[in-house]
Amino acid sequence: MAITLSGDQSIPAPPLSSRLTPAQIWGIVLLAPYLLVFLAFVVYPVCYGLWLARAPSNYVALYHDPIFARAAVNTLIFLVIGINIKMLIALFLSGFFAQQRTWIKWLSVVFILPWAVPSIPTILSVRFMFNPEWGMVNHFIFSLTGDDGPNWLNDPTVALTMAIGVHIWKSLPFWTLILMTGRLAIAHDLFEAAEVDGASWWQKFRYITWPSLQTLYITCTLLSMIWTLGDFNSVYLLTGGGPADLTHVLSTLGIRYLRLDQLSLAMASIVCAIPFVLPLMYFMMKRLSR
Amino acid sequence: MKLPSLRDVATEARLLLIGIPVLLWTMIPIYHMFLFAISPKEDAFSGKLWPDHPTLHNFEIVFKQQHYFLRDFYVQFWNSLVIAAAVGVLTLVIATAAAFSISRLRVPGGRIVMNLALFTYFIPAAFLAVPMYRTMGNYGLLNNHWSLILAMVTIASPYAIWVLKQASDKLPVELDEAAVMDGATTLQIFRLVYLPLMMPSLVAIGTYAVLLAWNEYLYAFLLLSNDREITLPVALGNFLAADDSPWELLMTTGFIYALPPAAIYYAFRRYMVGGLTAGAVKS
Repeated sequence: MAITLSGDQSIPAPPLSSRLTPAQIWGIVLLAPYLLVFLAFVVYPVCYGLWLARAPSNYVALYHDPIFARAAVNTLIFLVIGINIKMLIALFLSGFFAQQRTWIKWLSVVFILPWAVPSIPTILSVRFMFNPEWGMVNHFIFSLTGDDGPNWLNDPTVALTMAIGVHIWKSLPFWTLILMTGRLAIAHDLFEAAEVDGASWWQKFRYITWPSLQTLYITCTLLSMIWTLGDFNSVYLLTGGGPADLTHVLSTLGIRYLRLDQLSLAMASIVCAIPFVLPLMYFMMKRLSR
Repeated sequence: MKLPSLRDVATEARLLLIGIPVLLWTMIPIYHMFLFAISPKEDAFSGKLWPDHPTLHNFEIVFKQQHYFLRDFYVQFWNSLVIAAAVGVLTLVIATAAAFSISRLRVPGGRIVMNLALFTYFIPAAFLAVPMYRTMGNYGLLNNHWSLILAMVTIASPYAIWVLKQASDKLPVELDEAAVMDGATTLQIFRLVYLPLMMPSLVAIGTYAVLLAWNEYLYAFLLLSNDREITLPVALGNFLAADDSPWELLMTTGFIYALPPAAIYYAFRRYMVGGLTAGAVKS
């Protein structure tokens, strides 16, 4: 009763409930569950983690840890070389899968499998394939040449390259699919007109496909770089960071410190990546929220 | 009937030259897993492309839990199933409510929440895992299924909200206005107008969340450790603890574990591709 009265007399500061329409109250109620999850499992962990990593001594320790320097370089190689190779292949294959042929349609159904199945069994399958004694690959090399094959995962360069390969195997279908959807959205009559004018495939790509695809391609590349920073499985399940902790990337290194009960060091190694990741994240957020 | 011209044959040959390597590249690791699953141990380790005596014995061992590493197979399978289902349901509830609130009710501050959610979406998963582990410890949830469920909901919901918001922005405003004219309450609009129209996107998002949770390894292996609480992928990782791991059983269990997500993916492919790539292509 009191509320109705004060509402009628329009007193300067009515209670919150009468300033909001019922729809807005429902809006807040419906948004609340996500906000709670966000506060409890994003804001709190991130702030707590930053607080744990506050001591400068952590960064001195990281600076003197050769494994950290190696992991930082490996991460950079993984991102700059690995992701760009992957995206170039995806760009190429998206053109292949955009061809209208029945057998290519069927192939694309199979092609998506690495992305659809969980990574642990498939990565472990690759790991055993390259087992020096019993793996399929060295058996094959032996039957061809009569020599023992190399101990693949025991060489840090080869092992890291293979981890990149596993990452590409797993995520290539997803990016190919995205780029293919982008290609199919290009107006078809552009290509027909170019065909009539006798354009080569390179000219068609250079002057029609690429201009319409480049924003999407760059967005995908940046997005893939951000996510690959969090790709723990490709390295951990294939090499476990070995041999001699030489193939760690930042994501596996953080978990390694965590397993060694050096939580503040784990957080500090992640904090070191923030200056590089934050601008990328901000850029992506701006792009996608439009 | 016209004979194919030389030029058509050349094009087809070039396409095959790409298609065959793509097929091999995609299938070899999966075939290798399948091969191990149907091979007796000595055949698996001898590098044959097809076993001399293909057998389903490995499956029998797994289903009868006749190995030290497999003694809790059914419990772990059940754990994976329950956690994936719970993540799917919770993500759908939270994300649908949030998307409806932001997109249809235009709640004050909705845009900010959307941006915060998108920002979360771009935090690399392995980076968030470290503080998340400690947070779950502080909440007293370690070794409890809720820790993994809540962590996966946290990871799945930003993308879910974003996709659902994009989809609901496309629904005409007139629908809501007409319903309000007819005297519908907000909840009635949500239940009778909004949910039915959003069904295809909801299927896509539900599938996305279920697959994400079922396939998750890192968070599961950090947050759960007790043998009867862990999910299947963690159990598969534990196989590697032994020097003489039974790889043929590991691959058999892995094959069984990989089947449900592959089946779900193909069953809902129509929704997945449309629902999940629509937003990404918008440029």
